[in-house]
Amino acid sequence: MSQLLEAFRLAQLPQAAEAFRAEVREFLASNLPAAAPSQRARTWMGFDADFSRRLAARGWVGITLPAQWGGAGLDAYRRFVLVEEMLAAGAPVAAHWIADRQSGPLIAKFGSSTQKDFYLPRICRGEAFFCIGMSEPNAGSDLASVRTRATRCEGGWRLSGRKIWTTNAHRSHYMIALVRTSGTPEDRQNGLSQFIADLKLPGIEVRPIVDLAGDAHFSEVTFDDVFLAEDTLVGEEGSGWKQVNAELAFERSGPERLYSSVVLLDTWIAALRSSGWSPGEAALVGSFTTQLATLRNLSVAVTAKLARGESPVVEAALVKDIGTEFEQTIPAMLEAAIAADPTRPVDPELHRTVAYLSQISPTFSLRGGTREILRGMIARGLGLR
Amino acid sequence: MFTEAIESILADQCTPAAIRQIENGGSPASLWGALAESGFLELMASEEAGGAGLDLAAVFPIFVAFGRHALPVPAAQTIAARALLRGVAVPEGMITLAGHGRRTPDGDFIAANLAFGGMAEFALADIDGHLVLLDTRLAERTASGVHGSLGATLRWSREVIGQPLGDNGAEVGVFSAALHAAAIAGAMERLFGMTLSYCNDRVQFGKPIGKFQSVQHQLSVMAEHVACAGVAAELAFAAGARVPTRLAAATAKSRTSMSVPIVAATAHALHGAIGVTEEFDLQLYSRRLHEWRMADGSEPYWNRIVGETLLSQPNGTVLRFAMEEIQA
Repeated sequence: MSQLLEAFRLAQLPQAAEAFRAEVREFLASNLPAAAPSQRARTWMGFDADFSRRLAARGWVGITLPAQWGGAGLDAYRRFVLVEEMLAAGAPVAAHWIADRQSGPLIAKFGSSTQKDFYLPRICRGEAFFCIGMSEPNAGSDLASVRTRATRCEGGWRLSGRKIWTTNAHRSHYMIALVRTSGTPEDRQNGLSQFIADLKLPGIEVRPIVDLAGDAHFSEVTFDDVFLAEDTLVGEEGSGWKQVNAELAFERSGPERLYSSVVLLDTWIAALRSSGWSPGEAALVGSFTTQLATLRNLSVAVTAKLARGESPVVEAALVKDIGTEFEQTIPAMLEAAIAADPTRPVDPELHRTVAYLSQISPTFSLRGGTREILRGMIARGLGLR
Repeated sequence: MFTEAIESILADQCTPAAIRQIENGGSPASLWGALAESGFLELMASEEAGGAGLDLAAVFPIFVAFGRHALPVPAAQTIAARALLRGVAVPEGMITLAGHGRRTPDGDFIAANLAFGGMAEFALADIDGHLVLLDTRLAERTASGVHGSLGATLRWSREVIGQPLGDNGAEVGVFSAALHAAAIAGAMERLFGMTLSYCNDRVQFGKPIGKFQSVQHQLSVMAEHVACAGVAAELAFAAGARVPTRLAAATAKSRTSMSVPIVAATAHALHGAIGVTEEFDLQLYSRRLHEWRMADGSEPYWNRIVGETLLSQPNGTVLRFAMEEIQA
């Protein structure tokens, strides 16, 4: 059997992480804003700066960052538990999410000491929200073809170009952008660098894009000859590609790719408990439950590798691909189940929740890398490429 | 330690040729004898009874290996019978598990399409919740008629059904489902390994077919399902326990069975026509995967048990249920 599959053995969360779970549940019980299921189903896209600041005050923003910056320095298992509990409860995590999981760790790993001193404490206090400038109108999955360009000038850089599909750019303070600093798009991965752009700078225009569910969770960002000071470059000039891949690995390795539709599932279960259920509905509940129990254990196995200091990038891609399929299957199957008898009354909130998730669920397998990209990564891990 | 020893016996004795021979009516005595003489049938018997006293976690890799080698004798069932019988003296010979039989109105007992029903000497059955050891020589046997299958339908008349040996009859179907889940996980590992090798070796259009993106993506999805089946099966085999819990076995059997059509179909699709020939070994595993998916109930059966249990609780989320009830 392939080495990749041998990674997936049953692993237990340590006692200490389970004890930590009680703390997380206690925090959520008293701090989670009251919200209807259709609102809680937005989790990743639920932007609530106040909740993020309360979470920060509890010490749980910047969860991987060391204490010297105000970070929680949580081990991989506690991170798993915190994220799992928040997502399963439908906590609105969007405001701090990217800074917490990607931008903060990126700055901690590649940033200068000035950058660390400035940004990391602000991230940990829930005062600096970040977005990630990767995709462009002509650079989606083919990220290496970005055209936004930073050119050297007196005292820094001048930035021109356009980023699109940038999650929460219109509500964030900073963007970490992947841009070209030398060569042309034909040079692919070479000549790319990362910059931190303060989104209030002159020459930056942020235009929210309304999505099909009526929300504006992503934006288009235009840079028109924006001056970036010398110390906005993150890491080394020309190392952007390598850094972005490290950043995506931070993003892909958590348990968050299972839970996007769990609020809907719990809402449906509550409705069945009060209305009664058919054998087919019980079997469908059981199918989701047995799948969740299994996928969760795949995710714990990845976490165990992280805890051992390994970098399970391919394993995480495997869990993400089948995990997002599960997330998408729930609303697809529940649309069918809930409307199987059109004369039966349906709770309006359950109806709104399934409708919202059906509409937005295509994004589950887009954000952080499409199915096609992930399956290519798995194939490489299997030695096929 | 036991796993390596048993792997070596299987590699030596449970060859594709031996499997074919037994499936065609040849004697399983040599293969069975090798397992029995090495003491492996007593892995779960208590140490007082001369066994190894292993728990579920320790036998799990062995049960997976049985699936990986398409073992054509009821060794997993016979090992499990020791745990189910809890010290009651066990007769020598092959024992299979009849956890999902039914009583006729006349009081006869029918075990339909019983795994190894054509070969086993005894069936440890759940009859009305009681644990009963049945002698298969006293049963009316009907071959299932499925090509290569070692299963059969057995019917015992009321008069020959013996006395109960315990009140834990319900555990029979649970354990039998769990060991089929482990077997599915093992056979899937083998099928995946064969398919990956084939795609690296088979050249078309001037390159190995594994270089084509559409083939790579099919193998990636297959790998995802094999990974799911592996951890799901392992869920039923907890450390320190001797019989799987009902909900963990349900999860194991359901989740492994769910992936059977996908994994078997992908393996066959990528092998092309040679995969469905008698002489090529793929069918030894893919036929079993389908048989084991149906053995002891397919995924809807076990999903319904899980769903009814969850829905019958007054409250509690699906995550809590998965953590606290399935994986207690």
